[in-house]
Amino acid sequence: MTEDKQLQDELALYGVHLTLLEQVYNWGRSNSLWPLQFGLACCAIEMIASVTARYDLGRFGSEIFRPSPRQADLMIVSGTVTKKMAPQVVRLYNQMAEPKYVLAMGACAISGGPFKGGYNVVKGIDRYIPVDIFVPGCPPRPEALLNGIIHLQETIRRQKLSGPGKARHADRDQPSEYAIPEEGGRDLVPQYNAETWRPSWQGGGK
Amino acid sequence: MLDLETIIKRVQEAVPSCRIELVSNESHSGHHSLLVDDGHAVEVARFLRDAPDICLDYASNVTGIDWLNSTVKEKVPVTETVEGEEKVNEKTVEKTVPGYLEVVYHLYSMRLKQGPVILRMRTGNRDPDVHLPSLTPVYRSAELQEREVYDLFGIVFDGHPDMRRLLMWEEFEDHPMRKDYFPPEESDESPIDEQARPKQ
Repeated sequence: MTEDKQLQDELALYGVHLTLLEQVYNWGRSNSLWPLQFGLACCAIEMIASVTARYDLGRFGSEIFRPSPRQADLMIVSGTVTKKMAPQVVRLYNQMAEPKYVLAMGACAISGGPFKGGYNVVKGIDRYIPVDIFVPGCPPRPEALLNGIIHLQETIRRQKLSGPGKARHADRDQPSEYAIPEEGGRDLVPQYNAETWRPSWQGGGK
Repeated sequence: MLDLETIIKRVQEAVPSCRIELVSNESHSGHHSLLVDDGHAVEVARFLRDAPDICLDYASNVTGIDWLNSTVKEKVPVTETVEGEEKVNEKTVEKTVPGYLEVVYHLYSMRLKQGPVILRMRTGNRDPDVHLPSLTPVYRSAELQEREVYDLFGIVFDGHPDMRRLLMWEEFEDHPMRKDYFPPEESDESPIDEQARPKQ
């Protein structure tokens, strides 16, 4: 792949542009990531601020927040996911069309944050849906969110659409929907989805 | 502002059979409050709202308190016979005071621009579903807050128009603000975390 890149650069000097369909496709969709318009807590205020003229998320093609999951590519989980809200968040994720990405914004969405260990907050949305980018902060500044989206764009540009190591959405064996947790007598059932998350003492993450 | 002694006297005149007493607050703020028996609380609240010179027309805050069982040490005189002589000795006896749940209402007068008058009600015990009368028929603003107290403390308010949980989901069984509550066992906790967790 590196040789191809060198060849491409060399030929570009002579006005000949070679590319792959995959690269054009990834370049296109990485530059128009439409986020799902919903906010869960104070992180949502920073998310809103990052769309204003001062920070201008529109420079990266993500200024169009869609109010419907059917039209969105990116789910920004901006804030505390309570146990009462988690089933709805997972349901929204399931309703989004592929390819879809999840950005966990702030300490609460990543791990439960200051509310971890309480009776009412999910200890990180990655227990139920696969998260692509984690943006730490409490709340993260708009610049941090922009940085997270730029990182996500780079990830998308590197994704392969076929062959070994292809992207999740291109792999028919990977699930597109995840089980919605149910509200039980003491806690959500199950407490985490073993398909997407493992506890740290069993190796952690996915 | 009428002082609490006067209010107690007026309440006892208006609702003769009710038991109302002053709960004094020894702290610097000195916010003394009124303890009302639950049988007459609605009548008392209605009187406090409707009496023209008291006119507490607004309940700004409803909150719950959980008082656990406590032990109090008391000195009791005991008569003992030692070598044929009777002696009166003092003995320390531990007494268990049963716990209870308490609801506190902060009442203000919007028309007379004064307040708060603090109203309390107590339950007899800490059973899973204890009952107290609802003041929502008198103060509409107490509706959601009484639902919150029911949700988090498990006090059932009789006479409330819509007694459901407010914050947690319907199937939830516990009342998380009770002092003997602790969060659910974690199936993902490491064995070390489980050892550190307090046993129920």
